[in-house]
Amino acid sequence: MFSILAAKPKSSQRNKTGSWRSTKMPRFNGKECINCGLCKFICPEGCIVGKEKNQYSVDFDYCKGCGLCAYICPKNDIEMVENKQEENKEK
Amino acid sequence: MNKEHFQENCYVSGHTACAGCGQSMAVRIVINAAGENTIASNATGCLEVFSSKAPESAFGVPWIHSLFENSAAVASGVETALVHQGKKENINIIAQAGDGGTADIGLQALSGMLERGHDILFVCYDNEAYMNTGIQRSGSTPFNASTTTSPAGKQSTGNPRPKKPMVEICAAHHIPYSATSSVANPKDIEIKVKKALKIKGPKYLQIHVPCPLGWRIDSSQTIEVAKLAVNTGLYPLVEYEYGRLTKTRKISSPKPVSEYLKTQGRFRHLLKDQEALAAVQKVADKNIDYYGLK
Amino acid sequence: MKKFLEGSFAMAQAAKLCRPGVIAAYPITPQTHIVENLAQFIADGKLDAKSVNVESEHSAASCVLGSQAAGVRSFTCSSSQGLILMSEVLFCIAGMRLPVMLVCANRALSAPINIWNDQQDSIAVRDAGWMQFYAENNQEAVDLIIASHKIAENSKVMLPAMVCVDGFILTHGMEVVDIPDQKDVDNFLPSYNPPYKLDPENPMSFGLLGTPDVYQETRYAIQKTLEDVLGMVPKVGKEYKDKFGRDSLRLVEEYKTSDAETVLVAMGSVCGTIKDIVDTEREKGKKIGLLKIVSYRPFPKEAIIKALKPAKNIGVVDKDISLGSDGALYSEINSLLPSDKKVSGFVAGLGGRDIKPTTVKEIIELTEKEQNSCKFVDLNKDILWEKFKTI
Repeated sequence: MFSILAAKPKSSQRNKTGSWRSTKMPRFNGKECINCGLCKFICPEGCIVGKEKNQYSVDFDYCKGCGLCAYICPKNDIEMVENKQEENKEK
Repeated sequence: MNKEHFQENCYVSGHTACAGCGQSMAVRIVINAAGENTIASNATGCLEVFSSKAPESAFGVPWIHSLFENSAAVASGVETALVHQGKKENINIIAQAGDGGTADIGLQALSGMLERGHDILFVCYDNEAYMNTGIQRSGSTPFNASTTTSPAGKQSTGNPRPKKPMVEICAAHHIPYSATSSVANPKDIEIKVKKALKIKGPKYLQIHVPCPLGWRIDSSQTIEVAKLAVNTGLYPLVEYEYGRLTKTRKISSPKPVSEYLKTQGRFRHLLKDQEALAAVQKVADKNIDYYGLK
Repeated sequence: MKKFLEGSFAMAQAAKLCRPGVIAAYPITPQTHIVENLAQFIADGKLDAKSVNVESEHSAASCVLGSQAAGVRSFTCSSSQGLILMSEVLFCIAGMRLPVMLVCANRALSAPINIWNDQQDSIAVRDAGWMQFYAENNQEAVDLIIASHKIAENSKVMLPAMVCVDGFILTHGMEVVDIPDQKDVDNFLPSYNPPYKLDPENPMSFGLLGTPDVYQETRYAIQKTLEDVLGMVPKVGKEYKDKFGRDSLRLVEEYKTSDAETVLVAMGSVCGTIKDIVDTEREKGKKIGLLKIVSYRPFPKEAIIKALKPAKNIGVVDKDISLGSDGALYSEINSLLPSDKKVSGFVAGLGGRDIKPTTVKEIIELTEKEQNSCKFVDLNKDILWEKFKTI
């Protein structure tokens, strides 16, 4: 019998870590964005997407709500708001 | 895998790092900077556990973990195999470890890798204690930090020893590149990884990665706290080339260390202890003088 | 071609014939000549491989773990403390299903430090998931190194193999050895083409965290594979014999056991001495035989039971001891046999103590006379009771 414990690349996507989020979640206001890309660059989950001004968004399937995107945004255009499950499903 | 962020990243969502993990932030920057033609070896530790629980992996590059102390030795074998096959020119090799897997149990294998001249970038994610096993002191734990094996108490102000100077220990091997970086300046990580990977031979990069759980900070403070470490002089950002200090990030008006210490639970016991506080300030002052940070 | 060679040189030649791409080893007596010879082959351009001068055995094993995982046939060798320092990695290499080849120059373990032969080192890592084959002489060592590659690298096996050779007795002994031709070895052993490897074209992750949900199954898979290897050994052994004329790769060798009343069971070079005694005792009319265990892992239970069926008295010779219990081979043999058999266990030849013809005769006499479970033979009582009383 042969079997090896190996994993396919990027297979962790099965883990929807968004369920970890407790109190806060980020809201991307999409008003002051200067397309610096820092939020996407630093997200410890790597779950922020966007390429153009005011077009960045977060994949709530994975966002753990750490708040670092809100911290790093030079324009304070990302806010941490109360975590709402309904809003999570939309995105 | 139609989601854009899974396509864009070589280290992806779904890993089980704590919210706000500095190491997870740094890993993605490192692996993305290295790109798809990279093979990574990994020491046992937080990163390995949160990124590779069977049958899943957060990595999009070929990745191998076996033990705690041998990331550099495994990477040496991978590199040698690629050289033998004539494939090394197109593939980056990165050996990763936490500070325990680098400065303590992995030091011998790392020194061997550096001395033998393998074309490998060794990345140490320095969160300054054994976080995976529950915040025990490592050789890279800072002076006077309280950990579960160097707790503060009536007879103790925490860890009695300064951090092991790993960047100098590696530089003393006269390797082409030995540097520190920090999530305080995430772009600096990317720049240094890209710079290092252009150089042939052994490279060492140590990245300061706050651990919200172990340092007792909020998950949103990871970058802010790391910035304070740099701006107080407690975590100098430096580059050594062939054993010589070639670059430092200047801090024109260093902040007092108390600004840094008061943000973290692991240093809270120092705030009422002027003597212990002064002793930490001395460490920062010494760094500022030694590296010419001002 | 038959040549009069030092064992280490012959084994290095065998390793070279298998065309490893990466060799990583750390020097330790009595293994050193093997790695020195391989280094010289590379230096002289006779072997197209990369040698890594690692800083420890732990890194030697880790390095070949990495190179084998990158898809290149890899070789290491060690001994005694070196093997024990590797032990953590040995378990990993098997668990990660990497068919690394290792030659162990069997040597005693510290303390006291002792560079001479017994088999405690490889016995101590018997549970690691490696195949273990024990050679009686240098010809067998050469054959086992080449032949076991073929089993290890079988895509249904993918497990590492350890060829165990008695330190000094074999490694430094001069014997006539038939070194096969490269062409024939190439024909017997195809190039290494693993079903998985570290490859940016197919970026798999290896060495995952195995939770309670999956860990036990990984161990079961290794166990089942090693059971399958029991069936493969005779087949590959025959294939090897057809090509090279010798059936060195086998589970056990039965030497005059079919009508023997008393059979000794042993592994490694001591089997040569025992065979001589079997012959001389048979000349005197005594029905003695030897069962030589070649494959210790996997352990060939059925072959052993079958071979020992005719015997009344069985004496197992261990060059190792599970302190506080018995010799390792004795424990395992004894557990296989029905209780009406008289099975005795003898511990001999530790730390380089010669197992002389007189020692073997004593073992035979004791085996016939009484039942012992962990009888140390050839003990010097003077040393035990006088010289150790210095404090």
